[in-house]
Amino acid sequence: MNLIKYTFLITSFLFFLIINSFACEIKARVSVVGNEFPAIQTVGAGAKKCKGAEVKTNLTADHQKINVAGMSSEPAEYTSAIVANTSIVALLNNDLIRPLDDLIKKHGSKLKKNQLITINGKVMAVAFMANAQHLVYRKDVLEKLNISVPKTYEEMLAAAKKIRESGLAKNPVGGAYKAGWNLAQEFNNMFIGYGGKHFKGNTPEPNVNSDAGKKALNMMKSLSEYMNPDFLTHDSNATNAEFRAGNVILMNMWGSRAATLTDADGVSDAVKKGMDIAGPMTVGGGNIPASTLFWDGWTVAKKISDAEAEATFIAMMNAIDPSIIKDDKVRKQAVWLLDGYTPTDAARGVFAAAKMNTTPYPMLPYAGLMHSAIGAEIADFMQGKENAKKTLSDIEDAYRAAAKEKGFL
Amino acid sequence: MKHKTFFWFILPTFLAMLIFIFLPIISVVLQSVHTPHENVLITVENCDPFGCKKVTSIDHEATKNLNQSKPLGKFVGLDIYFDRGHLAIENLKLIWENSENIFSFVQSLGDLPFYKAVFFTLTFTFTVTPIMLLLGLLIALGVNSISKKLRGIVIFVSLLPMIVTPLIGSIILFWMIDSRGIIGNLIQWLFDDPNLSLKASTTLTWIMLIVYGVWHAIPFSFIVFYAGLQTVPKDQLESAKIDGANKFEEVIYIIIPHLMPLITFVTLMQLMDNFRVFEPIVGFSAEAHATSLSWIIFNDLGGETRQLSAAATSSILTIIGVIILLSPVLLRTWKDFKFKK
Repeated sequence: MNLIKYTFLITSFLFFLIINSFACEIKARVSVVGNEFPAIQTVGAGAKKCKGAEVKTNLTADHQKINVAGMSSEPAEYTSAIVANTSIVALLNNDLIRPLDDLIKKHGSKLKKNQLITINGKVMAVAFMANAQHLVYRKDVLEKLNISVPKTYEEMLAAAKKIRESGLAKNPVGGAYKAGWNLAQEFNNMFIGYGGKHFKGNTPEPNVNSDAGKKALNMMKSLSEYMNPDFLTHDSNATNAEFRAGNVILMNMWGSRAATLTDADGVSDAVKKGMDIAGPMTVGGGNIPASTLFWDGWTVAKKISDAEAEATFIAMMNAIDPSIIKDDKVRKQAVWLLDGYTPTDAARGVFAAAKMNTTPYPMLPYAGLMHSAIGAEIADFMQGKENAKKTLSDIEDAYRAAAKEKGFL
Repeated sequence: MKHKTFFWFILPTFLAMLIFIFLPIISVVLQSVHTPHENVLITVENCDPFGCKKVTSIDHEATKNLNQSKPLGKFVGLDIYFDRGHLAIENLKLIWENSENIFSFVQSLGDLPFYKAVFFTLTFTFTVTPIMLLLGLLIALGVNSISKKLRGIVIFVSLLPMIVTPLIGSIILFWMIDSRGIIGNLIQWLFDDPNLSLKASTTLTWIMLIVYGVWHAIPFSFIVFYAGLQTVPKDQLESAKIDGANKFEEVIYIIIPHLMPLITFVTLMQLMDNFRVFEPIVGFSAEAHATSLSWIIFNDLGGETRQLSAAATSSILTIIGVIILLSPVLLRTWKDFKFKK
């Protein structure tokens, strides 16, 4: 009995020491808004460990709908927004986040240089993880049919044909092709893979009505013929569900979701053991992968007091302290950009993407407008209602109307 | 009522309407004729974990003064109303010139987001409303004629579709009609077509949304009509019976005329409700096949782009649509009112 008691006392003492070694003292309120996937949950929980003042987090998939409004008031409701290279643009466009250079000098000694997102020489965000879409596939099925792991989309199509003919899966290809943001993202990948440029030079003039655009659309159409007929309603969650159920053999999936893909209940052993990850694919003989690189990082609001900004910075620094990746579960959640991170098996895809010089998603003030124009217009093409040329000119028209309204054209 | 009494009586209502209805609409109108100022763009060097490169960015210092002197933005008149996202006047002209007949003209109209949404919204409104009125009345008549002991439970069950939040209801049905869901599978089995998918075809998606709309709206018309049925004068029904009228004639000549004011009321409410159809489109992830005016507003406001002026314009166009839609019913009510006087 005594032994148990002592063990208990010693353990709690050790815990106390460990917790204290993480101690983080802040003097003003901190309020964080951000997305909800596992790695960001970890960061949010890390910020909440700080003592001395209130720390609130609001982690939701709808973060992009509320962060601008929540940071526009004086003082801002959110003192920090966790963003990606897509979503930082709205905050930059509205001038809602502050340069972090002074705070980094004071409290940011643990940051590596490649974590700093600099715009016009000023650090505007601190990145903590990288993300990209890459191939996720069933090793067992490919081995059974003697198919090598596809390195290009053309090989993926050939593999899909073989798998369908073998009868092992009716619709072997998966893709987040839900009309809207997801579908547009897949087009962006393919378009970049064919060497397309969304805009003319450094201007906001659209440039998707091109040969690369046509090829990208046709490739997407060919792929969709091997997908579940409901593909226009499948986002990455639904695509993952299809993979878990064993219906999908090959898919282009987010690195941040691949790690925990088969952790859900009810996944068969065949899928659990058979799942494997490879780098992103190229298309049309190009050497740039048909994928885009993303970073996730945090920002500090502009419209708050300096004391609050400092508290926020300290809390967020604590949240991404390199010690968090000592926990294997946390280490697996993402490709962390933190000191001392060694890639897990789940990170191979994103690492390959970075090594293959995948294009980062463009941080342009009008990129979001292009993205939503693409998402809205491609659905007609995918259903066979229009030809590629018409769809591409529709995208440009829709983008032009939106860009004119927002004062870019 | 004396004028003075009337004034004091109506004042609180009038003030509330002014603040909560009139002023917001004015603000939306203002927003719809202004756009953000033109952005001053500069080229800057951006660095991220993947390297540095030159990109275009907004020069905030330069745009700041303009924003402060004119916070509403740039006045553009009706430009937004006529742009491609809304009435698309120029595109209309082009399509008109290029189309051979009225049929192909209408077909090409579906390519413009606003008209595409209007097509679906109107189809939805004008199919769901009559079907729902008819079925609601039939259910009310049915419930009214069953034994009193059973009525409570039957009413409760009939009201269930309305108790379920539209978004939740549509998401539940979304998974049931999935090609691997219980309803989807049943339909495949019934039609003996393993590739049949409700979500993959535009026509089937529309039918599905309409069926959902009817399912969700029936309880409302049912409960209103059921309440109305309790007030049908018994002596009229009895004298009709003595005169030899059958059940059907009773409904046509006594019950329906008696319920007419309620029918007008339900029609009015449902026309408005169905015209702003929104939740099923989101719940069924149907945006590839069907969009509505409300969905366009939601889409403009959400996400990274936040097109406030476009959303304001769509809102005003929706209000105009509702007014046009309701005018016949309102006119009728007004005539009735004058006639009674």
